[in-house]
Amino acid sequence: MKTDFTHHQSAHCENGVASNLLKHQGVSISEPMIFGIGAGVFFVYLPFLKVNHAPVVSFRPLPGLIFKRVVKKLGISLKRKKFRSKQKAEQALIENLKNDIPTGLQVGVYHLSYFPDEYRFHFNAHNLVVFGKTDGGYLISDPVMPGPTMLTPDELNKVRFAKGALAPRGQMYYPTHIPKELKLEKAIVDGIKSACNQMLVPLPLIGVSGIKHVSRQIRKWPKKHGIKKTNHYLGQIVRMQEEIGTGGGGFRYIYAAFLQEASGILKNEKLKALSLEMTEIGDKWRDFALNASRVYKNRSNQEDVYNSLADELYHLAELEKAFFKKLKKSV
Amino acid sequence: MKKEEVPQDQSSLSENEITEVCYAIDENGNYVKVPSKGWAPKTIVQNETLQLIEERTKEALQNLKNGTASPIPYFMELHKMDLNILSDYTGLWKWRIKRHFKPKVFSKLSDKLLAKYAEAFDMSTDQLKNFKG
Repeated sequence: MKTDFTHHQSAHCENGVASNLLKHQGVSISEPMIFGIGAGVFFVYLPFLKVNHAPVVSFRPLPGLIFKRVVKKLGISLKRKKFRSKQKAEQALIENLKNDIPTGLQVGVYHLSYFPDEYRFHFNAHNLVVFGKTDGGYLISDPVMPGPTMLTPDELNKVRFAKGALAPRGQMYYPTHIPKELKLEKAIVDGIKSACNQMLVPLPLIGVSGIKHVSRQIRKWPKKHGIKKTNHYLGQIVRMQEEIGTGGGGFRYIYAAFLQEASGILKNEKLKALSLEMTEIGDKWRDFALNASRVYKNRSNQEDVYNSLADELYHLAELEKAFFKKLKKSV
Repeated sequence: MKKEEVPQDQSSLSENEITEVCYAIDENGNYVKVPSKGWAPKTIVQNETLQLIEERTKEALQNLKNGTASPIPYFMELHKMDLNILSDYTGLWKWRIKRHFKPKVFSKLSDKLLAKYAEAFDMSTDQLKNFKG
């Protein structure tokens, strides 16, 4: 059995699945639009949570939150189910496919056989769509892959019931009702406002102040943890920023693309200028990643290297602070 | 980032004939999706991470061969796990797993317990029991 589903490659898995599932229902909505309405632009530093032996840095909100916000703001109904039993989870999926419903799944990355080894970590908040089943296995549309792929029932079971932080517990989801007319304008304005609020929130580890906090930490790391660990911690930041799915520059380019699209829909010229500004900020994040990656090769003058990286990050925080203040006033 | 600036460096993606999507500006100033084969700085960082895991795995293997550790830490590192993840996969408490790191304790483990580890490591109980490095 096979549903009539079209695969579109996207930068990020969650936006991609959301956009692809909605496109299947005849709602043409782009990936940046999903990302923007869901207020996906973010920063958080979680020093007490270690992944791969380094503190967690994330450039997007909790997994699932973006789609949740989009659905709420556009008045779409979404069915979500979690399972205890693997058999029941598979039955429910097959039932859906029989009813011609392509289904979104939350999965763990570690057992995804079609990913290169460099990307296979115990990261459990990946998303994909299952759109059919043949004798060889399930037909998979993984939005970060160029084309559709396949997984055997056994492999699919494994990724659906991956363990660890944010375990998917077989979670599947699909839209059940879509209103005839989507009120995009209001959703966009709301999305922009929540993005500004979460980036400017006066809490130490979130948004702009989170970036500043990391910048201060980078100065301390070499003395506290030694060069090797510091480099590894920096590596984690770069990986989170540039890992498959961010579209480059820690999602800042996707956000710029959203602002550009939004300026057309809202007929707001200010947003167009701000889109350009966000692009420049994205470029600076790329520069930061580039300079951070150089610490592995260039061993001389280490103290200075870390201080200059910290300066760079602090500057980025200042830029983003000014940016989101302006953005808040423009809608 | 302009469209022509999207990096096309050799990477683990290009080796597997995969591309990833970057958002970049085209000649008219509009955002478009551009496939990228990879970016050297990212590859450097990823290689460093993999190297670190390899070092940890080698160390665990050496400890196993020296008789100072059971095979569990080795397979844990090999599967890129840490205590939290292994604890979730096996359903065992972390302090119990830590105890099982000792070769003496490991040699007395019941098949039922071993089966839990074997399942987490995707191998058979016998393979795990008789693994000598």
